[in-house]
Amino acid sequence: MAPASYPDDLLYHPDHDWARVEDDVATFGITWFAQDALGEVVFFDPPEVGSSVTVGKFYAEVESVKAVSDVIAPLSGEIVEVNTALADTPEAINEDPYGAGWMVRVKLSDSGQVDGLLDSDAYQATL
Amino acid sequence: MAPRAWRNGPLSGAGRRGERSASLVRVTTPTLKRTPLYAAHVAANAKLVSFGGWEMPVQYTGGIRAEHEAVRHAAGVFDVSHMGEVQCSGPDAEAFLQHVLSNDVSKMAIGGAQYSMLCNEDGGVLDDLFTYRLAPDRFLTVTNAANHDSDADWLRSQAGDYDVQVDDVASAYAMLAVQGPLARELVQAIADSPLPARMQAAARIILGHEALVCGTGYTGEDGVELLLDPADAPAIWEELLRRGAVPCGLAARDTLRLEVCYPLYGNDLSSDRNPIEAGLGWACKENTGFIGSDAVRRARQDGTAQKLVPFKIDGPGIARQGNPVVGGGEVTSGTMSPSLGVGIGMAYLPTERAQVGERFEIDVRGKLRTAVVASRPLYDKEIDGPRQLSG
Repeated sequence: MAPASYPDDLLYHPDHDWARVEDDVATFGITWFAQDALGEVVFFDPPEVGSSVTVGKFYAEVESVKAVSDVIAPLSGEIVEVNTALADTPEAINEDPYGAGWMVRVKLSDSGQVDGLLDSDAYQATL
Repeated sequence: MAPRAWRNGPLSGAGRRGERSASLVRVTTPTLKRTPLYAAHVAANAKLVSFGGWEMPVQYTGGIRAEHEAVRHAAGVFDVSHMGEVQCSGPDAEAFLQHVLSNDVSKMAIGGAQYSMLCNEDGGVLDDLFTYRLAPDRFLTVTNAANHDSDADWLRSQAGDYDVQVDDVASAYAMLAVQGPLARELVQAIADSPLPARMQAAARIILGHEALVCGTGYTGEDGVELLLDPADAPAIWEELLRRGAVPCGLAARDTLRLEVCYPLYGNDLSSDRNPIEAGLGWACKENTGFIGSDAVRRARQDGTAQKLVPFKIDGPGIARQGNPVVGGGEVTSGTMSPSLGVGIGMAYLPTERAQVGERFEIDVRGKLRTAVVASRPLYDKEIDGPRQLSG
């Protein structure tokens, strides 16, 4: 497992989710803290492309050996892509939570919502 | 991320949608009991959880999969000191245990071990237990942590007419389970004489300390369980680790036992279920007249409406405890099998559907997952285990 890290180029939701915002599209995933708390991820149940997600609401499920957890959307919008590779390699969520462990890409419905997210330092202060 | 469901009871404060997940691993209360190895678990950065009233390691830093693999292919050691012990001694000890335990206690030789149910009058299972015969008139019974106090109360309440002394000796023992194909030789190296065989128990000196060594376990692998003076447990634990045993937590214990279809009380067994529907009729000898034997006999003769079956998920997904079976029944245990790479579990199914190969659907939080009734064990070392390359 990778050592703890919270990249500076991401924005964070206090429910331990990150967003990489590029214009009006954002990539979502869960933070190092979240994957560490969860333990080894064995199954990721992705949402469908085209479905909408709402900030603060769950949009997917991630399962470790012992636990089922909801994945919370850090921003609102419509899912334009899901990481289908996680079906075969859910452990990528542990090994590379900000890279290969990304979960969905979302076309944002309100880019002003990014102001409500935390930067790396502010998120780490909540841990 | 928000934790939703932990099997064996959610952690207090965690489990509701939208809550911070920090509580997933950090919430413990001062009332939880701690084993003599608590300091060793903290030093090893184990994740600690509440289990049966105890603060127990659920996994160590290497992760559940590595712990599971260590037990399947080498040796792992579990702190199972949360399990309780009750000693029954005296002239009527055998007769008393014959009255309360489902198996035929008279068949147990000195140094023998036996698995049995503790049943209520209706045949409902109060606990599942291993009992060791230490002397002609002295027996030690190991209880599940969450049931220990009620088991001890039940045993004392049934002892009335018997010349038996029932002692709660849980605080006198720590318990380590050393399991895996290399477990025996690892323990043998620090023992004063040959270890007892499978399903046997004997007093031995381990690393200079008195121990009761039992050829039992809960993983489907060979190995021993050590009942120790709590003061001796840390030194023996450290020595086992130094010799290569991998420390393993409750999560790996659960995946290991489920792969070989050993039932877990509170999941697969309860006071609402009798041993026959749980597939444990082999551990019941109704002719001994044990408490609940009439009900168990009726269940055996008449059949039961449901039966506990092992299953594999056909496709993606993992069923969990409490998921309903479409058409009746429910999942009582479910996980991802590290050895098989598929979702596995056990479920009560209507008896007419409880045939190997039968397909059924499980409602997993609103999504239907197809499962297939499988034969026991789900993981068979001869078939699924690692092969030696020949030639």
